[in-house]
Amino acid sequence: MLIQALCFYLFSAILIASAAMVIAARNPVHSVLFLILGFFNAAGLFVLMGAEFLAMILVVVYVGAVAVLFLFVVMMLDVDFAALRSGFLRYLPIGGTIGLILLGELALIVSAWSFAPEAASAAQLPIPDPGQMTNTHALGLVLYTDYVYAFQVAGVILLVAMVGAIVLTLREREGVRRQDVGRQINRTREQSIEVVKVRTRGGA
Amino acid sequence: MGEFGLNLLPALPELFLICAAMALLMVGVFRGPTGREAAATWSPAHADNARGISWAAIAVLVIAAFLVSAQPVERITVFAGMFVGDAFAGFAKLLILVGSALTLVMAIDYNEREKMARFEYAVLILFATTGMMLMVSANDLIALYLGLELQSLSLYVVAAFRRDSLQSTEAGLKYFVLGALSSGMLLYGVSLVYGFAGTTTFPGLAAIVADQAAEPALGLVFGLVFIAAGLAFKVAAAPFHMWTPDVYEGSPTPVTAFFSVAPKAAATALLVRVMIEPFGPLAEQWWQIIWVTSVLSMGLGAFAAINQTNIKRLMAYSSIGHIGYALVGLVPGDETGVRGVLIYIAIYIFMNVATFAVILCMKRDGKMIERIDDLAGLARSQPMVAAALAICMFSMSGIPPLAGFFSKLYVFLAAVAAGYYWLAVLGVLTSVVAAFYYLRIVKLMYFDEPAPAFDRPLGTGVSVVLAGTSLFTLLFFVYPAPLLGAAAVAAAALFGG
Repeated sequence: MLIQALCFYLFSAILIASAAMVIAARNPVHSVLFLILGFFNAAGLFVLMGAEFLAMILVVVYVGAVAVLFLFVVMMLDVDFAALRSGFLRYLPIGGTIGLILLGELALIVSAWSFAPEAASAAQLPIPDPGQMTNTHALGLVLYTDYVYAFQVAGVILLVAMVGAIVLTLREREGVRRQDVGRQINRTREQSIEVVKVRTRGGA
Repeated sequence: MGEFGLNLLPALPELFLICAAMALLMVGVFRGPTGREAAATWSPAHADNARGISWAAIAVLVIAAFLVSAQPVERITVFAGMFVGDAFAGFAKLLILVGSALTLVMAIDYNEREKMARFEYAVLILFATTGMMLMVSANDLIALYLGLELQSLSLYVVAAFRRDSLQSTEAGLKYFVLGALSSGMLLYGVSLVYGFAGTTTFPGLAAIVADQAAEPALGLVFGLVFIAAGLAFKVAAAPFHMWTPDVYEGSPTPVTAFFSVAPKAAATALLVRVMIEPFGPLAEQWWQIIWVTSVLSMGLGAFAAINQTNIKRLMAYSSIGHIGYALVGLVPGDETGVRGVLIYIAIYIFMNVATFAVILCMKRDGKMIERIDDLAGLARSQPMVAAALAICMFSMSGIPPLAGFFSKLYVFLAAVAAGYYWLAVLGVLTSVVAAFYYLRIVKLMYFDEPAPAFDRPLGTGVSVVLAGTSLFTLLFFVYPAPLLGAAAVAAAALFGG
């Protein structure tokens, strides 16, 4: 128990600290690195809760794909953050006002929040005993039965995203050296190697 | 544990469309140009490929329409209650399929002329159409969002389809950013509603909401407001219309034609279903939102269009106005009102397709022109085209006995029957203002000094679509019974449960 509590405080403390650093870091590359650190610690918290599937997904998808993509984008695009922040003070009053109004409204809802009487029973799905069934198994059982429709439509949406990305960005560029596997394999020794007699002390 | 014996029959048209779209995608890739030529923006091989795939896609849409009309009328839910098939969905799906097919026919020639013919266009239109059909069949907030996203994502891409044009890419980007914002609002509303009710299914929500009808919880109403705002964005109703003129102007013209018909019909049907089915008992809360957006849209559509010089921008404001009129039918929240909305959308699709067919004819010296002044004297150079456009303009301004008169008649009748006289009066007043700019186009064509004539020939596809849709608009009053009857059955299906 003690070790669990220690782990919890360790993970949460690092998570909060790195989340703060994501916003505070001056260098955007550092921000992304702190984001990755945050993801890892959040994954640790999930493992503590017994949600090992979510933990793995967080690491595989968010760290492996999303954060690395962020890193690439941040490093490849030369975003001038000083220029981005230049209008900050000018827009602060109006942006702050809108933010405060929204915050007030949200506080209004939260303070007056009530659940429908039926909500508790509606939200109570049968949770399988973790000792009997792993997370992955339990999720799979509903994902491919009750939610097969949502799952399949999400797949189609991703296909459309892929088609769209290719349609909009794949274009002919001059001076690109493409790999031609057939040509590479068909090369013979005679075509690629030239034996040159080099005169001693003369250079090539 | 879920039900394993799936009855897929009610979703057959959608399944067919998705499978056909994926098959056409494969055929297009393997049949088309390969290697370096495939990556080129345009080549004759692309155009050949695109023409074949487009006609195949049109055939797919027609077959899907037959499958939809062969569906049983009674209400069936499948996929663990996420997908519903009923007469309302069937009616809306037919409208969507007709709108998509007609605009795809018009797109083929244009895409070739403008050197933007690529087979992905037809495939994306098929995916967008499937998304719209999933939207109108949604019986769950998750299904609603997924259908909406499938539709929107395809639309963002086709808006930017002419990727070498700054205007088109700007339109795509603008649509994407604002569309993502509206999806965010919608999702925020959905999460609030889920947090309150603990369920996302429409029947479950309806039961919970009915208990609370007298004194609804604040969180629920907040969620409803956000959902309504998100959907109003998708139908381009004021004050959530800001994206419309820019996107309509920047997108390639056949894409604009498509935007103004099929997604409109789908989003309107979805809005009607969400307001009537899960949130029906909360009508007291949402009717104010609907009437305010309705009145604002009618007013904006009438006044903001007056100053436009670009015909596509004019049509954008006109479509905002028309959505305002259609929403008048939703305000009473009863069966006659919904029937009015459905009739309105159906007739609007035909009028709009005809108008865009004329806009697609506006070409001089091989270049597309979009200024309203370019239509001057069209009656002398191309009397048939001018007559068709005149029919549409008279119809859009609501002059009897054209189809547009009846569409307005049924929504206003529903409003009056429910006691909303002031709404009907406002509607009539704004349509008088709107008549000014519609009739100005007729005056330009018939009485002004002719501008140089447009290029000929118009292209078979566009001519056939133009003739068909304008004849429908002209002769609707002769035999309106089938449409009125189908709309009545569809509206009744929504109130049956």
